Amino acid sequence: MCSCLYKLLCENHPEDECSLCLQKIQEDLNKQLLENLVGFLSRSHSDFQEKTTEWTCRMKFREIPTAALVLGVNVTDHDLTFRGLSGILQDNITPYVALLEAKDCPGIKNLMQKLMGQLMKCDIDVDSLEDEDCVQVSQNRIRCSMSSLISWYESVKKKTDSETPSKKRNSSSRHWQSPPVVVIFKDMESFTTKVLQDFIVISSQHIHELPLVLIFGIATSPMIIHRLLPHSVSSLLCIELFQSLSCKEHLSTIIDKLLLTSQFPFKVGEKVLQVLINIFLYHDFSVQNFIKGFQLCIVEHFYSQPLSVLCCQLVDTKKRACSLSHDQCENIRKLQVLSWLKRLKEETVKLLEDLHVYHENYVLILRCLHVFTSSLPKYPLGKQIRELHCACLENRVWETEEYESSLQLARMLNKTDLVTMLQQCVEILMSSSGKEFDKTSEKLKEFLTQFQNLEAEASQEQDMSVLSQKELQKKTDLYHLQKTLLELKESRRSKKLTKFEMLRFEVVDYIDSLVRKYLIPADDRTLHEVVYFNTASVLREHLNAAPRTALHTALNNPHWYLKNQALKCDGGGISNKAPDICIAYKLHLECGRLINLVDWLEAFSTVVMAAEEPNADAASSDQVDDTIHARFIRAISELELLGFIKPSKQKTDHVARLTWGGC
Amino acid sequence: SQHFSNLRQHFSFPSIFIYGHTSSGKTYVMQTLLSTLQLPHVFVNCVEYFTSRLLLEEILIKLQSCSGTEQTSPVRCDSLNDFVRLFKQAVASQELQDQTLYIVLDRAEQLREMEANILPAFLRLQELTDTNVTVVLLSEIVWELFRPNTGCFEPFTIYFPDYSIGHLQKILTQNHPPEYSADFYAAYINILLGVFYMVCRDLKELRHLAALNFAKYCEPVVRGEANERDTRKLWKNIEPHLKKAMQTVYLREISSSQWERLQHDGGEPGQLKGLSAHTHVELPYYSKFLLIAAYLASYNPVRTDKRFFLKHHGKIRKTNFMKKHEKTSNHLLGPKPFPLDRLLAILYSIVDERVAPTANIFSQITSLVTLQLLSMVGQNDQLDGPRYKCTVSLDFIRAVAR
Repeated sequence: MCSCLYKLLCENHPEDECSLCLQKIQEDLNKQLLENLVGFLSRSHSDFQEKTTEWTCRMKFREIPTAALVLGVNVTDHDLTFRGLSGILQDNITPYVALLEAKDCPGIKNLMQKLMGQLMKCDIDVDSLEDEDCVQVSQNRIRCSMSSLISWYESVKKKTDSETPSKKRNSSSRHWQSPPVVVIFKDMESFTTKVLQDFIVISSQHIHELPLVLIFGIATSPMIIHRLLPHSVSSLLCIELFQSLSCKEHLSTIIDKLLLTSQFPFKVGEKVLQVLINIFLYHDFSVQNFIKGFQLCIVEHFYSQPLSVLCCQLVDTKKRACSLSHDQCENIRKLQVLSWLKRLKEETVKLLEDLHVYHENYVLILRCLHVFTSSLPKYPLGKQIRELHCACLENRVWETEEYESSLQLARMLNKTDLVTMLQQCVEILMSSSGKEFDKTSEKLKEFLTQFQNLEAEASQEQDMSVLSQKELQKKTDLYHLQKTLLELKESRRSKKLTKFEMLRFEVVDYIDSLVRKYLIPADDRTLHEVVYFNTASVLREHLNAAPRTALHTALNNPHWYLKNQALKCDGGGISNKAPDICIAYKLHLECGRLINLVDWLEAFSTVVMAAEEPNADAASSDQVDDTIHARFIRAISELELLGFIKPSKQKTDHVARLTWGGC
Repeated sequence: SQHFSNLRQHFSFPSIFIYGHTSSGKTYVMQTLLSTLQLPHVFVNCVEYFTSRLLLEEILIKLQSCSGTEQTSPVRCDSLNDFVRLFKQAVASQELQDQTLYIVLDRAEQLREMEANILPAFLRLQELTDTNVTVVLLSEIVWELFRPNTGCFEPFTIYFPDYSIGHLQKILTQNHPPEYSADFYAAYINILLGVFYMVCRDLKELRHLAALNFAKYCEPVVRGEANERDTRKLWKNIEPHLKKAMQTVYLREISSSQWERLQHDGGEPGQLKGLSAHTHVELPYYSKFLLIAAYLASYNPVRTDKRFFLKHHGKIRKTNFMKKHEKTSNHLLGPKPFPLDRLLAILYSIVDERVAPTANIFSQITSLVTLQLLSMVGQNDQLDGPRYKCTVSLDFIRAVAR
């Protein structure tokens, strides 16, 4: 089984494929931001190189170019952004990029050490390993000061200048004559004020010799700069603001490219997706964690579902199906009524193919429906496509109230909106390679032409109404007037459904029919178990653990974890066979804020004794047995270690409860 | 000449302490004086050499190159004792015995952060090394804040007063751009000082601002709408612009380069949002509630919790519930620390659905601390249950709660 799983993962590369795809998506998303940043960096020091002779430049104070990079609170995702950023910088602008983290820089000394270590190492990387002296210079021997950094910079600059052009043409053309030194502060919020201030003051004094550029990674808001730096220091900086894409948009793109596609055979069910999305929205905003959760789903699916053997690209299905073992066939048989073993394999392949086609269609129609629902007022089916997707996966979407009200609202759309939406739908349907939707898109196009025709007719109709108005003005007789008015009213009521309205109904009904045909929940399809991962509870256990609850359960009800029948207790009673710590814990639950140790010991020994010698003359021995005493002390110290109690200073023979406020 | 070199042989006062406000010319005067008189000197910034070892080594290195001939070699100097020995050697080898050597320590307030013996030793370096040396300390704070408890050699103190508006005017006018007359530039500086003198007397900053905005001042002249003497017209053009600058560039709300670009394109400064305009922080659902709960816990007294967050809290006597002075002062007093349990209790009551105490909730509290939206108070006892404070403002919480 294990080897089979391994083989599967290797052959299939569902993860590999996904991660490749993910990498690409992320690169694309950050592209704009990174381009802006690169632009800023290339501008920052070239300004000074160009017009040093000008009066303004001489007079102007030379500030340190600084990019304030607002990245959002999803700190776990920042690593990737910074990695991408430093990669791009090293490719395009400068080989000298240093990434600093607050936890490595409690003081200015550590900061300088870290900075110089990173810069000088990257120097070695660029110049291969020919200059050995650079490698041999250990951390301690370099003086951690700006002046040694400057002399290092001068030396590497000279080296790149004098290098033979044939050897280094490539790199020297990419970087400039004197490339800037980029220092990235990953988590601005966590740096101490003193360190930042000192560093900025020092480097601003040497900006002429060392073209430094700072990048502040900010998780909250750029206000933090003003909070951390006084005016005297922030006036040394030339700060420009850059904002990254919001993490919600990031997630939408990931879901769009990863889940709403038939490219990957693996799918997640509604509950699982909901768990993943909830963790994202409620807890961390971290796209990385979302992806990790998704990867966990893949592993869990292939590990726990025997039929996952068949979860592969469509071309491989036949091969896999043919090599199914007897047991596996039995498993499939359990899911559905198929009698012949020979037929079963063929049938399975066919069903899986159907499933694939279903997915392709599902995604297209889902996108079409989203075009409609995302522009309705108040978004009864959700604004994001992921919400719509969840709704469709959960149950038959056309049976829900939200769907009903969306249709109602769709029937009130105005013409221009409707036409643009239809056009979008046509585009979506045309983008698919299959022929399934040729007819559908034809039909939609037909609707579009009908709408165009309406326009021409509408102008005619207007003439008509104008005519009747004129007629109305002619008649002066009261009786006639009344009569014509009544007639007009009649005609209006009957004409209430204008041609446009009729057409609108038709369109909405048509979309409705598409939804009913294609957006059937996956649970209704045979063999959906092969590709769908549905065990949300497992995922929740892994990703959203509740340590307090788990600890309480373990101590309060040891049977839950130990699965020992003897421990099974009914109601709130304390089983004497339970581990000592459980007994002590249960007893302490009944106490208040301060617990008397003697009472506790007494109760403990009573419970334990009840087990060992139920009919012994316990009353005679007023003294507690030494063993029990020792066991009690151990249990108590274990509880203290777990943080449930602590020694109290108020009373010497008492301990204080730390949890649940001592009820 | 013979006379002059004789004069230089005299011992000077061992240490001089010069203080004065930011950019009152301490460093500049000292540097110019030493270089024009060609006195042997070592100039070191104490912020840059942040440990005593770095500082002492730097002085020795600079001393090697003092006569400007030899190549510097790395020096190792771990203690003040070594320093005195090496210093004497260096002075002897550089043949500086026959004149006073000056060691200037800029930003000398940093010396107080170093070992206790550094500052007193520098003050009487002449005596310790028995050489003709004078130590000059430059600082922005008064000598009284330096004096160690144990007492020390009292340096000769000199005060550099702030530049008056007249001084500033004179200094700033001195380097006018070559293409315009001094008078024209002086008029500009006059207007500039009129706007900025109230908030900024820093010469460097003023010069920077002058350079940034001069192009705008010249605009009418360049376009031929006014001549150089048309002060009123020029004033009308530049004054609102400078006022805008005071609110934006001066506070570093937008950067100087952005300001210049705006000026160049002739755009309105209003288009560009400053740093403070981006106050909104997007937080996950529970983080929002945690922050709100933390805010409530920080600013509400404990005894009101029952009334606010319990469903059946019994009758409320509204009249004498809260004393008048309490009502006003809570926001002025600042946030009060609260224990973790109280935070969670408030969270459970303000969130509609049931909240499981998952690891994610706890880690969110920690991340709020790292984001500096909450701060941890007194973490000496791990078992004591951590206590927090909410550090965000009412406006921020309002924006989050929206």
